[in-house]
Amino acid sequence: MCENCNSQPGSVTDFADLAPVLEKYGNVQGSLITILQKAQDIYGYLSMDAINYISENTGIKPAKIYGVATFYTQFRLKPIGKNLIMLCKGTACHVNGADSIEEAITEFLEIEDGETTADGIFTLNNVACLGCCSLAPVMMIKNSDGEETFGNLTKDKAKTILADIRKRDGEQEVAG
Amino acid sequence: MRLVIGQGSCGVATGAKKTSAEFEKLIAQAGLDIKVEKTGCIGNCYLEPIVDVYDDADALISRYVQIQPEKAAEIVEKHLVGGQVVSELAISEVDEKFLSSQKRIVLRNAGVINPEDIEAYIAVGGYGAIEKVLKEMSPEDVIEEIKVSGLRGRGGAGFPTWFKWDAARKNRGKDKYMVCNADEGDPGAFMDRSVLEGDPHSLLEGMTIGGYAMGANEGVIYVRAEYPLAIHRLEMAIEQSRAKGFLGKNLFGTSYSFDIRIKAGAGAFVCGEETALIASLEGERGMPRLKPPFPAEKGFWQQPTNINNVESFANVPWIISNGGAAFGAVGTDKSKGTKVFALAGKIKKGGLVEVPMGLPLRDVIYGIGDGIKGDKEFKAVQMGGPSGGCIPASLIDTPVDYENITKTGAIVGSGGMIVMDETTCMVDMARYFLDFTRKESCGKCNYCRIGTKRMLEILERITQGEGRDGDIELLIELAEKVKDGSMCGLGQTAPNPVLTTIRYFRDEYEDHIYNKKCTAHSCKALLTFEITDACTGCTLCSRRCPVGAITGERKQKHVIDPEKCIKCGKCEESCKFSAILRD
Repeated sequence: MCENCNSQPGSVTDFADLAPVLEKYGNVQGSLITILQKAQDIYGYLSMDAINYISENTGIKPAKIYGVATFYTQFRLKPIGKNLIMLCKGTACHVNGADSIEEAITEFLEIEDGETTADGIFTLNNVACLGCCSLAPVMMIKNSDGEETFGNLTKDKAKTILADIRKRDGEQEVAG
Repeated sequence: MRLVIGQGSCGVATGAKKTSAEFEKLIAQAGLDIKVEKTGCIGNCYLEPIVDVYDDADALISRYVQIQPEKAAEIVEKHLVGGQVVSELAISEVDEKFLSSQKRIVLRNAGVINPEDIEAYIAVGGYGAIEKVLKEMSPEDVIEEIKVSGLRGRGGAGFPTWFKWDAARKNRGKDKYMVCNADEGDPGAFMDRSVLEGDPHSLLEGMTIGGYAMGANEGVIYVRAEYPLAIHRLEMAIEQSRAKGFLGKNLFGTSYSFDIRIKAGAGAFVCGEETALIASLEGERGMPRLKPPFPAEKGFWQQPTNINNVESFANVPWIISNGGAAFGAVGTDKSKGTKVFALAGKIKKGGLVEVPMGLPLRDVIYGIGDGIKGDKEFKAVQMGGPSGGCIPASLIDTPVDYENITKTGAIVGSGGMIVMDETTCMVDMARYFLDFTRKESCGKCNYCRIGTKRMLEILERITQGEGRDGDIELLIELAEKVKDGSMCGLGQTAPNPVLTTIRYFRDEYEDHIYNKKCTAHSCKALLTFEITDACTGCTLCSRRCPVGAITGERKQKHVIDPEKCIKCGKCEESCKFSAILRD
């Protein structure tokens, strides 16, 4: 087994939640993407352990699973923060200044595309298009409560939205 | 009386859910018996949230626009209780023109019916077409009707739909599959999302009709994972349809059985290509393969498969109900029917626009979209996304149909229409699209994998002020090679945005390369910032400048040191006196 396939420290080792998914789809031909989507829904990302576990239970080789997981932009191999910011970089958003929104976000959160803030509250992901082009520029923020779309962004509006979430999640942490 | 609130993704993003909750609360408080329902995208995205009031005879009596929760009280009090229309909040006559100048076939129900209630679809004649097909028509009759209509694939290529169905029908296989491509991957396009969110049953009905025509018993909808609301509504629609017996075994008491399932895509633009989509459905990396064999012979699991786009399917029930000839009467000689466009960018009134094929671009941009934001100068319109091109202002009278748009170097594509004004840099646009296609290239063909990367590097160099003599020629040469050397549509069309911008805006490229100037004042590296006499010496800009490039005494005109300036534009943003000149 290659070095990459070794367990990562601190990653999930109990895949009890994934077992029913594999029971349902494990033997259905062509279900690999569905299984990976469900696994990512449960754990937030695809750890090497998860990939190995899926491999053991489906008979699909880890290299093939890794190949599929890295082909599609939806899959993440690293854990993400509580709130996933999906910043739209579609054409309408580009024309209406998505780059300057990205600048504001990276400056405010001190992270780049694909990174997670040190407090674990935000992960920033640039996405191709959210399909809300008439509200450009747009971002969608996804967390355990679901997803919310914010349109007609300005630099300040984006920062205010993020500051509010940080305050809310920070307080929850203290309360919890 | 009932209220209907537009809750497509755009509506929800502007706060329609909160508006809806507020109305429910206020109506309950007032003790009124008025239902608050939801509908899909109404189309005037720029006016969301939109609240429609229907009377007991189900006629639309008022349309209120931009109704944030705090405006709900006034409508409840004056209109719902008092019976007086609140005209200040109602849609203006000018805005009404946005919808009334359209011809709605695909979007006939979107924004009208409740997409989460099958009864609403049945009430407007839904599932009548499939009943007619199963009880009165043979598969050949259906194909003939579609042939008469002249319907061509709305996904981009414009291939005649009847031909594909016929080929899939004639091929023998153990199983056959009807697949819907709802993986709207083209950035800047959202027509399919609106149909999925606003009228999911019309897609299910269209697929079932197509399935019957080709002899398939299974349908699969391959839908983008980025469209959670669309997936949710499709799931609901499928369940309701099964419960009614419109999907499943022995439909309408006939021997025909058909069922549909959803497969969520995982984000790959190349999966818009048929063979790549099939690979993805099979759980593989979405890489295209050589054709032939075409999917109609060997597709999903090596069985005869037909793939159509959402919009194509949504047309089908209408064609069956109204007749192919009625559909063929709309549009031009070779491009029949209507086309839905997603009008966005620097346009005053953006949204979904469905117009007869052949309408001049001017009528869409100025007639329906009301022109350019801030009354700036119209520069170009980008059609067809990363596979398309930019059509310049001089060609604004081009009729929008497959043939005429293709002649300009762009394509009708899936229907994205991004309007650009004088502040949009065309070299940067080309760079933007190449960056997209380079990332989305699956890597199978060398020219697509490496060629797009090399082209992107040249474009990046030009926009950074390091363009060299001969770059334009090199770009054209590479573009031709990438087109010739790629197996699938992605690579064959990826150079289009570059070629069309060179064709129509060569002077902008030359300005970047030889004069080190960006005509649109958009490429950062080529900008200079200067402080004009309008400066009052308020010192704000010098405090905001992250590199200390601005100096000056209080109440005296300030100066920017071009050596230190990093062209971030913070001074321009902060200046309250418009004293920063960007050149």
